[in-house]
Amino acid sequence: MLVELGHYALILALLLAAAQAFFGLVGPALGRERWLAAVPSAATGQFVFLALAAGTLIHAFVENDFSVRYVAENSNSALPLFYRVTALWGAHEGSLLLWALVLGGWTVAVVARLRFLPPMFGARVLGVLGVVSFGFLLFTLCTSDPFVRLIPAVPDGNDLNPVLQDFALSIHPPILYTGYVGFAVSFAFACAAMIEGRRDQLWARWMRPWTVIAWAFLGWGIALGSWWAYYELGWGGFWFWDPVENASFMPWLVGTALIHSIAVTDKRGLFKSWTLLLAVAAFSLSLLGTFLVRSGVLVSVHSFAADPRRGIFILGFLIVMIGGALALYAWRAPRMVSAAGFELISRESFLLFNNLLLVIAAAVVFGGTMAPLIADTLHLGTLSVGPPYFNPSFLTPIVPLLALLPLGIHARWRRGGLSDARGRLLVSFGVSAALALALVFGVYMHPIPLTPIGAVLGVWIILSSLLDPLDRLRRRLSVPPAILGMTVAHIGLGLFVLGITFVESNTLERDIALKPGGAAELGDYRFRFDGVDNIEGPNYEGLRGTITVTRHGEPVTVLHPEKRRFWVQGSVQTTAAIADGLHRDLLASLGDDVGAGAFSLRFQYRPLIRFVWLGALVMAIGGVIVVWGRRLRGAGWASAAERAPASGAAAPAPGAPGGAA
Amino acid sequence: MTSRRRRLYWVLAILAGVGLAGSLALRAFQQNVMFYFDPTRIAAGEVKTGQRFRLGGMVEQGSLKRTAGSLDVSFVVTDFRHSVPVHYDKVLPDLFREGAGVVAHGRLDANGTFVADEVLAKHDEKYMPPEVARSLKQAQAGSSAPGGAPGGAQESR
Repeated sequence: MLVELGHYALILALLLAAAQAFFGLVGPALGRERWLAAVPSAATGQFVFLALAAGTLIHAFVENDFSVRYVAENSNSALPLFYRVTALWGAHEGSLLLWALVLGGWTVAVVARLRFLPPMFGARVLGVLGVVSFGFLLFTLCTSDPFVRLIPAVPDGNDLNPVLQDFALSIHPPILYTGYVGFAVSFAFACAAMIEGRRDQLWARWMRPWTVIAWAFLGWGIALGSWWAYYELGWGGFWFWDPVENASFMPWLVGTALIHSIAVTDKRGLFKSWTLLLAVAAFSLSLLGTFLVRSGVLVSVHSFAADPRRGIFILGFLIVMIGGALALYAWRAPRMVSAAGFELISRESFLLFNNLLLVIAAAVVFGGTMAPLIADTLHLGTLSVGPPYFNPSFLTPIVPLLALLPLGIHARWRRGGLSDARGRLLVSFGVSAALALALVFGVYMHPIPLTPIGAVLGVWIILSSLLDPLDRLRRRLSVPPAILGMTVAHIGLGLFVLGITFVESNTLERDIALKPGGAAELGDYRFRFDGVDNIEGPNYEGLRGTITVTRHGEPVTVLHPEKRRFWVQGSVQTTAAIADGLHRDLLASLGDDVGAGAFSLRFQYRPLIRFVWLGALVMAIGGVIVVWGRRLRGAGWASAAERAPASGAAAPAPGAPGGAA
Repeated sequence: MTSRRRRLYWVLAILAGVGLAGSLALRAFQQNVMFYFDPTRIAAGEVKTGQRFRLGGMVEQGSLKRTAGSLDVSFVVTDFRHSVPVHYDKVLPDLFREGAGVVAHGRLDANGTFVADEVLAKHDEKYMPPEVARSLKQAQAGSSAPGGAPGGAQESR
């Protein structure tokens, strides 16, 4: 009964999304002020009904209601309660519901801050969000209804995919979606600005905090996914240029360009049409990512279904949304031109380079991700593109980007060059080079050609980011949150670059067959295999190995990699054992019984790999500091309309570019 | 220097940069893209010696042989028309098993054995990699006519 109520709630949410879109877009166009009042109510109602729908489905999972097909397919009575709740987004249908719910959440957040926007503009923003929501809910109800009953009901469910039974992966989709879907808000602001053909740049100021928060969540979500792939899939690395990873990485790259360009538009009124285009592109790539991942075009742990109807529906939706936005752009953007100019050595030009290089990087990833699909469609053969393509092509724009960053943050707006910062930049470069080269040749050794470059750039980005805040503190000036956030984000980028540099240069890896008592050497570390035991978990049984690690004869740790067999699906899953540390991870995974009493084993030593995720986390925190800091200081998210044009806190872009090698 | 001319230089510089990046990416792409072949197309001699490629098919029942106590394994990948022996010396993935679909990366050696440097089974155990599914379907239909596209890379259907 409750499940049917949830189903009706979802249908009501669809109708309310339609009302929100209609009144939000048509009301302002016809000048019907009374229609505008209906928009926030429809938006709030939509969210309430979406939450109800999700709530009833969670209830069905918790109560083990296997008369619901989605529950029967993705849960089991032996599954722990926490995973029964998170199983909501364990497969295609529930993921779409989550997508719509997250969009509803963002919409309600916009409603809560509506008083800071002009009424017409706010209604249009909500109207565009209503269109997006309507499309997704229609898709969910027509092709992927999670509330379908299973008659007759089965006694027990098919269980959640074992690889999804994990904490990080349970929270990965909501966080990633918060980022993905958050770009819908930027998109809605951009569309509203284009519909109105606004000549001012206030829309950029209104859009900016939303974009930064969405970007921060997206980065955090990607990092969580990468961390999960590292320890759960036991592939051993943190990034594989898997199409699904790329699908989330492309919007992040364009989003990074966007938060930098939006700063220029907000502060200087430049790059207006470029910022609009990036906002459209970031959301289009989010939609494309959803299409790639959810349509079954790609083969991976993420693509749940291969139903061609779904792919065609999403493709149609994609064409309508992107096509509509681009048509609007072609019509309106030319009249929203920028008046001011700037010189070659100025903050603006460095941010222009930042944007160009980030967009090139995104294009490179796009090309590599789409090439197999395009080749397949055109009957050019079945091909695959892997790290040998992505690594060099991605680093070609990214290394110059990293090198320009320290210069860019010290360049002044408009004109002026670097003269007053030149000395400090040179000194910081010298110190960075000395530190980094000592690290490369003194500590880690065995460099590859890019090691010293990456190390110097990583250290230089961190040190040069600290120059300005330290200078302010020395002069007893306050550090505004925008500058603090930017500094934190750039320090995060520096840590990230250092992590990638050393983990890519100095990782040691070995596959070996060992009998109990046998050992393998990996650099300074010695891994001794002590044998295996049988184990039993709540919904699986398996083998557990014991590996004692020593360094120069001193005990370091004992690792217990497992191989689990899940009863319900009968699938086997390797769970790697990882001894983590800020300076290095040691990893062991257990393979098969290879006969003669021996087991196949994989050992890895990965220096500084924690810096990769730590850096990504710190970058995202930088974004949050910018937005929260502005709020706490009363500078407001969107209240700039009532304020002097350049508040003291206005500052260059938060966040930072970067990527995985 | 007039502002128009300056803008022209900007545009030229940007175009040059984009062009350079594009050509580098294209070069990397051409050198590093990996094509997929099934046993039938290998038997037809479509693979150049030394070329690194993806091999896909089913692991033949009863073909998995281990050298006891070592990592060395050999198995046979088949599309039920032709088959290719494979050698591998690393840890096999969880989902690898006889009678299931598999994709491997590697090269053919002089004896016609496929020396794999990576064996993939990232898909779940019920799911067949789409290219493998297609190969098996073709082989069953018995209508596998190797294509002769530019670069010898056309999929036949």
